[in-house]
Amino acid sequence: MFGLFKKFQAGFAKTVSALAGKTAALFGHKAVDAAALAEIEEALYSADFGVETTGEILAEIKTAVRKDPGLQGRQAAELGAAVLARVLAGSEGRIEGGARPPAALAAENTTGCLVPPATPTVIALIGVNGSGKTTTAAKLGWRLKQEGHTVMLAACDTFRAAAVEQLKAWAGRLDLEIVASRTGADSAAVAFDAMQAARVRGRDFLLVDTAGRLHTKVNLMEELAKIRRVLQKHDPAAPHHAWLVVDGSLGGNSVEQARVFHKSFGLTGLVVTKLDGTSRGGALAAIWRELRLPIYFIGLGEQPEDLQPFKVGSYARAVFGLEDKQD
Amino acid sequence: MFESLTEKLSSALRNLRGVGQLSEANMAEALGEVRTALLAADVHFKVAREFVERVQAQCVGQAVLKGVAPGQQVVKIIHDELVRLLGEGTTALSPARPLKILMVGLHGSGKTTSTAKLAKLLKKRGYSAPFVVGCDIYRPAAIDQLEILARQEELGFYSDRVSRDVPAIGDAGLAAAKAANADAIIFDTAGRLQIDHDLIAEVKNLRARVQPDEVLLVADGALGQEAVNVAKAFHDALALTGLILTKLDGDARGGAALSIKSITGVPIKFVGTGEKTGDFDTFHPDRLASRILGMGDVVSLVEKAQENIDQKEAERMAEKMRKADFNLEDFLAQMQQVKKMGSMQSIMGMMPGMSGMQVPDGAEAQMARTEAIIHSMTPQERRKPELLNGSRRKRIADGSGTKIVEVNQLMKQFGQMQQMMKMLKGGPNGGGMKKMMRQMEAMKGKGGFPGM
Ligand SMILES: Nc1nc2c(ncn2[C@@H]2O[C@H](COP(=O)(O)OP(=O)(O)O)[C@@H](O)[C@H]2O)c(=O)[nH]1
Ligand SMILES: [Mg+2]
Repeated sequence: MFGLFKKFQAGFAKTVSALAGKTAALFGHKAVDAAALAEIEEALYSADFGVETTGEILAEIKTAVRKDPGLQGRQAAELGAAVLARVLAGSEGRIEGGARPPAALAAENTTGCLVPPATPTVIALIGVNGSGKTTTAAKLGWRLKQEGHTVMLAACDTFRAAAVEQLKAWAGRLDLEIVASRTGADSAAVAFDAMQAARVRGRDFLLVDTAGRLHTKVNLMEELAKIRRVLQKHDPAAPHHAWLVVDGSLGGNSVEQARVFHKSFGLTGLVVTKLDGTSRGGALAAIWRELRLPIYFIGLGEQPEDLQPFKVGSYARAVFGLEDKQD
Repeated sequence: MFESLTEKLSSALRNLRGVGQLSEANMAEALGEVRTALLAADVHFKVAREFVERVQAQCVGQAVLKGVAPGQQVVKIIHDELVRLLGEGTTALSPARPLKILMVGLHGSGKTTSTAKLAKLLKKRGYSAPFVVGCDIYRPAAIDQLEILARQEELGFYSDRVSRDVPAIGDAGLAAAKAANADAIIFDTAGRLQIDHDLIAEVKNLRARVQPDEVLLVADGALGQEAVNVAKAFHDALALTGLILTKLDGDARGGAALSIKSITGVPIKFVGTGEKTGDFDTFHPDRLASRILGMGDVVSLVEKAQENIDQKEAERMAEKMRKADFNLEDFLAQMQQVKKMGSMQSIMGMMPGMSGMQVPDGAEAQMARTEAIIHSMTPQERRKPELLNGSRRKRIADGSGTKIVEVNQLMKQFGQMQQMMKMLKGGPNGGGMKKMMRQMEAMKGKGGFPGM
């Protein structure tokens, strides 16, 4: 079980190059003057860090400059990265910490005690329209399968035209098992059947893709609650993970999204997508500050391998254009 | 939020009374508040700074008006400037026939849905046989999605699930649309990052091949600071002609629109306000300005009501209410009128101070149940609710999948309503419904907001 996601770590370099571009020039070997401070402020705001985190980072850099007027840009960047890492400390989500160990663990466990009977670890992916839920379900399924787990997908977006076909196409392409009905069907019924099938076949993970919904729509929130209820008929602890899939190019509204989804559904974590562009997903800091929801994965593209575990150190350094420290 | 910005501005400018003139010094704090408000609405950092500078330039030297709080005076200047900026350019589409429109944007911004919505709108505006062409060969089932929507809305449709040559698909789509005598042809494309050179080159080629009259960037209303990079790159590559802002039925403040507008100068043409194909409107700068500043959207609500509520029907209803012979049939008709305005949530979103608020739990479902109950009655029962004895109520409950208590409750509420109408009947303000309609009319004409 150790290093369940060992392979993921290698891929993180991609974020660094994607995120670093803008700030790299800023943090050279020149001393930090007022103009440089203004630029740092701008860079942080432009990365969607918002008032609070920007203010905190900037304040520490300013204090350091006051103490040491010769402070170089590069040192300021190191400092900024350290502050950001501190703000985000504890935000790395790891699947091993889930409510129940994957069935594979149960099988591996030779002592035979305290391990509950094998039921799939259920991960529900929820979020607003177009945030990347379906793609994430597919990528995550592929990841877990690469790691030797057995995975089943549940196509519970029965609302959007061709959403079922979208996930089916992924399942076909990646050779993943899927339970699907058709557009217009009852999403909870699909969830129920998928859970049933995953249990009968002894799958390790069940990944539940859901329809996109704006957090302001209460009636659609009710549908999510129903999906949860039927899953719990099989396993009172399901879904073991309820992750909000957030588009990393959004601004402050993603905090509102997280707040409302968390309140009405009870989230256990986040996946932040579309960080392969030039956006840096700074809103995740605000979400973490307020809700303490760990970030499990980040999406770095549309290919199956473009889903990477979130690593605070790498992320914080990337934001400031610093190379990742190898660990 | 608007209130709080107004309040903040009032307190920041409190000491201005009696000063006589707005100056750089006495406005500094207030403008800081404005900047913070804009940043909180996701307006790009630089755009916010420039905007504040421009407002400052306009304010400095102005006499503090007598009888108006300086805070309100500044809010008015800000609001007007925002409306001016957002509203530059026209929302009208090119007059070309057939009108060719290319839809472009990031992943998941709402291009496919907007394609169908726009086609539907054009149909309503009298374009004959709007046609959609699916050019997203990447996202699995994207073509299926468009095809389903096209069938739903009875639009012409073309795509190619085999070809990998997007410009060629566009070309063939164009030919198919012309053969079908389409007046309007909309090309839906795959989501792409503005830094993805291959995909940008591909859509440039598509543009060169089909020669669209409009190139519309579809952007998520909740987009953050990234809006600036996205808009600039897409504009440089494709010479955009307009912007569609989507998902405004949520509570995003839409500051990205100001960023995009400032960077590209292209007009904002449409807004998406829901998942249904009818949830699509022409852009109104004053509404978005209010939203960015955190004010409600009273004007939209009023207009929506006017568009969808049949005037004659409303008059008839008012007359019935006045005479207090309002029965369950009328009640049902009225409920359907309200429903035509959109979901309760979207109506709520347009009310001042309620944009972030939620429709009470189950309200929408409650309405559906009420409707189901009335539907399960015979026309006679609807007209004469007093006929409803125990066994009839049981039948109705079974027929509508509800419980007898729910039927009883509805009847009780309805009874109270009738009682109230009887009380109002003949009072000095008879015809309350008409009066309400008149009030709405007046509000629409004014188009302003209280306190502005
Ligand atoms: N560039 C990029 N695109 C992504 C990423 N994740 C999802 N997408 C794309 O975003 C669009 C919407 O994704 P989808 O999974 O359908 O969103 P859903 O509506 O939440 O299920 C699709 O075009 C995906 O290919 C990502 O990490 N990077
Ligand atoms: Mg989906």
